[in-house]
Amino acid sequence: MVIARILGPIVATRKHPSHEGRKIFMVQPLDPDGSEVGDVFLALDGSPGVNAGIGDRVLVVQEGWSAATAVGPEGQPIDAAVIGVVDAIELAEPLESASPS
Amino acid sequence: MYLGDVIGRVVSTAKNETLDGRILLLVRRLSDQRTVVAIDSVGAGTGERVYVCRGKESSFAFLPDRAPSDATIVGIVDRVGNVTVGNVSVGDVDSAKGAEAVS
Repeated sequence: MVIARILGPIVATRKHPSHEGRKIFMVQPLDPDGSEVGDVFLALDGSPGVNAGIGDRVLVVQEGWSAATAVGPEGQPIDAAVIGVVDAIELAEPLESASPS
Repeated sequence: MYLGDVIGRVVSTAKNETLDGRILLLVRRLSDQRTVVAIDSVGAGTGERVYVCRGKESSFAFLPDRAPSDATIVGIVDRVGNVTVGNVSVGDVDSAKGAEAVS
């Protein structure tokens, strides 16, 4: 899984039935220190009831079967899902000193 | 599967219900130093060297629960042979202590 920030929703009228009634978010992957890393991608809301929203730091699963089953039945065209809201990140030591010198 | 070091943990209260009670750990992958969030299945903790299963199969560690995972810690490394992964010599670590040359 990766930590990411929700940039905002996208709206699509014509879409696969498995995406109906689901939020589709643009998410920006983050390093544990909060810096942006990698490309923005799309993820469906796979944690019903959590109400993740814009600006939230979330946990995103990027494996097809897991993303699809988090959202609904397996066998749907879904390859990424938001599965939790991050409350806190606890590092054993600051990232820089944790990196090999 | 790949080797990594547990460098911290992630706290998440509001999450997919099949993840309730699961521990989310930050793992720095040895090969490229990228950090991933992995679900623990073996009782690993910060500072330990672990190995991580990826892909759909990573969810199977929690069967019959259908936990959404793309990275699951499936082992804590006690010792390894003298191998270099990326810039890291994985034989030269605390968790490999006691491992005499494994040839």
